[in-house]
Amino acid sequence: MAGHDKRDDVGMRLRQALDAYPHYLLLAVVAIASFFAMPLSVWLSLTVAGLAMGLILFVVSSGMTLIFGLMGVLNLAHGAFITVGAYIGGSVFLMLVGWPPLAAVSHALLIFPAALATVVAAALLGVLFERVIIRPVYDDHLRQILVTVGGAIIISELIVAFWGAHEIPLPRPDSLRGSFVIGGVAFEKYRLFAVGAGLAIYWGMLAVIHKTRIGLLIRAGVENGEMVQALGYRIKLLFIAVFAAGAALGAFGGVLWGFYEELIHVGLGQQLLVDVIIVIIMGGLGSITGCFYSALVVGLLTNYMGFVAPTFSEFSSIVLMVLVLMWRPQGLIPVVKV
Amino acid sequence: MTTPLLSLEGVHTHIGHYHILQGVDLSLPRGELTVLLGRNGAGKTTTLRTIINLWQASKGRIVFDGEDITHWRTPRIVSRLGVGYVPENMGIFSLLTVQENMRLAAATRHIDTSRLEWIFGFFPALKKFWKTPAGLLSGGQKQMLAIARAIIEPRALLIIDEPSKGLAPAIVKDLIQAILELKQTDTTILLVEQNFGLAQAVGDQVAVMDDGRVVHASSMAELTADTPLQNRLLGLSLEAHA
Repeated sequence: MAGHDKRDDVGMRLRQALDAYPHYLLLAVVAIASFFAMPLSVWLSLTVAGLAMGLILFVVSSGMTLIFGLMGVLNLAHGAFITVGAYIGGSVFLMLVGWPPLAAVSHALLIFPAALATVVAAALLGVLFERVIIRPVYDDHLRQILVTVGGAIIISELIVAFWGAHEIPLPRPDSLRGSFVIGGVAFEKYRLFAVGAGLAIYWGMLAVIHKTRIGLLIRAGVENGEMVQALGYRIKLLFIAVFAAGAALGAFGGVLWGFYEELIHVGLGQQLLVDVIIVIIMGGLGSITGCFYSALVVGLLTNYMGFVAPTFSEFSSIVLMVLVLMWRPQGLIPVVKV
Repeated sequence: MTTPLLSLEGVHTHIGHYHILQGVDLSLPRGELTVLLGRNGAGKTTTLRTIINLWQASKGRIVFDGEDITHWRTPRIVSRLGVGYVPENMGIFSLLTVQENMRLAAATRHIDTSRLEWIFGFFPALKKFWKTPAGLLSGGQKQMLAIARAIIEPRALLIIDEPSKGLAPAIVKDLIQAILELKQTDTTILLVEQNFGLAQAVGDQVAVMDDGRVVHASSMAELTADTPLQNRLLGLSLEAHA
């Protein structure tokens, strides 16, 4: 009898743990299952590659999930912000690289001013987009889809008008080329750089959301925007700020992705948008932490599957999303809304 | 007679295709507690939401201290005029701690500690669960938090929507004590309530609504003393909610 009780107790604790930490479980299952499907050195390389891809995916997705969580807006123009980011960042970087007074400066350092210019420009574009395109269609999801798709087309055409329809090579700085070899395992430098940048963005976002007053407002607004207004806050200003931040994050992710692929083109953001949508739905729409873990899982799975079964690599994250939604229909970490 | 702090003059409100408020006239005397009674669907909650412009009045005027605020936005009404609002669903941010809920309602970064201690005096549970996520509180504690949040700053007007809804009698008793304490601060209070016992215990004035209009307004003492009037106005209401 006592044995039964103990087993029941253990079973209940296990169920509670699975319910509380589904993201850890999913991450562990994907990593451990693939561990047995390939040699250790390959697994380690692919894990770093997967984390790098996952963290870039997180950066590009986090803005979209934040916007949906707070404003209830499904911004399908997010891909266009990613593309704009890649173009602005890439252009500024190439311009700085070719500028004689900066000839002595390490090219890797020039990524930072390029990224800063991108973030500022994308935030301003985000403010304009929110005022002109989004504001008239709050609370109307169908029209949001139509106008944001329309907005994405306009932005894409403007990119073609400014930069042309051709692809632009974006070579990485020399110091971010090549690999470190540790114990016979190769770790690509740029991927490690992307891991660092992605983690810095994630921790920065957590710090803003959990340690600042604006973060407190965002968390409250995600749950009950009307009550935030009833406490005296102008939620529309918060909407503008979050939309600008979301656009800037997407654009910054575009810069990282541009260097990752070493090529920028007008369809870059749209190609990523499918993965972005998978990430934010699987993570739980509006959840930053859910988005983070979901992006890691998608990044890792895509890389592992690329080795184990390349034909299914692209398809695998969609299958995973379907399975996760069958298990947890609200996503890994659902957002509470009133 | 002093001028009322707030008055509604022929206020109409439409929600979608529905015409909910159909010419509400209501005056709130300064420093007094006015109870809004009426059956479900009479327009009580809509009246409260219209006052702070969570729903826009389609016709009529809302005047606060002599100023027409009909078209003011909610944040301006709340922060500029000092209006506290406790909605029917309490509006608690369940993922935020009690402390964070209170911090959001405070006008400045730091909460006035002496006022906080005054609030803890009649809502001691909030002190105990200060760092606890509000979603883990009981229904009564959430209601305490909702009211505490509304009064963390001194308010000219406090609007409370059905605070006793779903609460155990013992907690309703505590709530009555808290509201009586609040009355000592000269805050003007507008209270929607279905519990006539609570309404009678705390109310100075009463207005009864039906079909989107105020059909009766008097002092609470007058209504309490007039049994036929009670039966006519509230018998219907009690019967409707039996």
